[in-house]
Amino acid sequence: MSDVKKFLYVNRKAPYGTIYALESLEVVLIGAAFEQDVALAFLDDGVYQLTKGQATEEVGMKNFSPTYKALGDYDVNKIYVEKESLDARGLTLDDLLPLTYEDEDDDWAEKDSIRVVSAAEMAEIMDQADVVLSF
Amino acid sequence: MSQLHTVNKSPLDRNALESAVLHATKGSAVLMIEDGVYGAMQGTSKSSIVNNAMGDVSFYVLGPDLKARGIDEDRVIDGVEIVDYSGFVELVAKHATTQSWL
Repeated sequence: MSDVKKFLYVNRKAPYGTIYALESLEVVLIGAAFEQDVALAFLDDGVYQLTKGQATEEVGMKNFSPTYKALGDYDVNKIYVEKESLDARGLTLDDLLPLTYEDEDDDWAEKDSIRVVSAAEMAEIMDQADVVLSF
Repeated sequence: MSQLHTVNKSPLDRNALESAVLHATKGSAVLMIEDGVYGAMQGTSKSSIVNNAMGDVSFYVLGPDLKARGIDEDRVIDGVEIVDYSGFVELVAKHATTQSWL
């Protein structure tokens, strides 16, 4: 398994206003099939992608936010959200979707996928990645 | 007749809202749509743009775009009026010109 690489998907755009958020999610789901070490980073306006309570009926667009909840089933369970970006937008962890996964190394215990990190920690995460895909 | 300014970019990503408000004369209106609706939220690092101009400029935000983004109405800055699509049309009809801050 030495050919497993650390993939980091960097999300910096709000959902719906542009296509970046949806495209990123689709690429993540496709990439998940290749059994790589996948992590997602949400910073700047990207943190808006994970907010709870999105309801798109009146704007006639597909609400893709429930799809984030499926990421755990694809072994995508490292979801880093930058604290500085949340703070600037008046958001807290409570405003975000409760994303979880079942840990196969811990008797399938349900655990949180979202980890709120500082900008400095995010910089380390970016630095450590083998492949960075930006959206 | 005064102008209607529409803003469709997040104020935390672009300066469209800031520039629109700077160029809005007294009595004109600013309508936040699409990603622009984030500008209508309380408690962000950019809420002061709307707060500081309140009174001189009338602020509106498109309700369907708030809902799409999961922004509850009670998190909208006090004094910003939430409108639906027909309210959007009325605003356009009521003003001499519409300027889009893209």
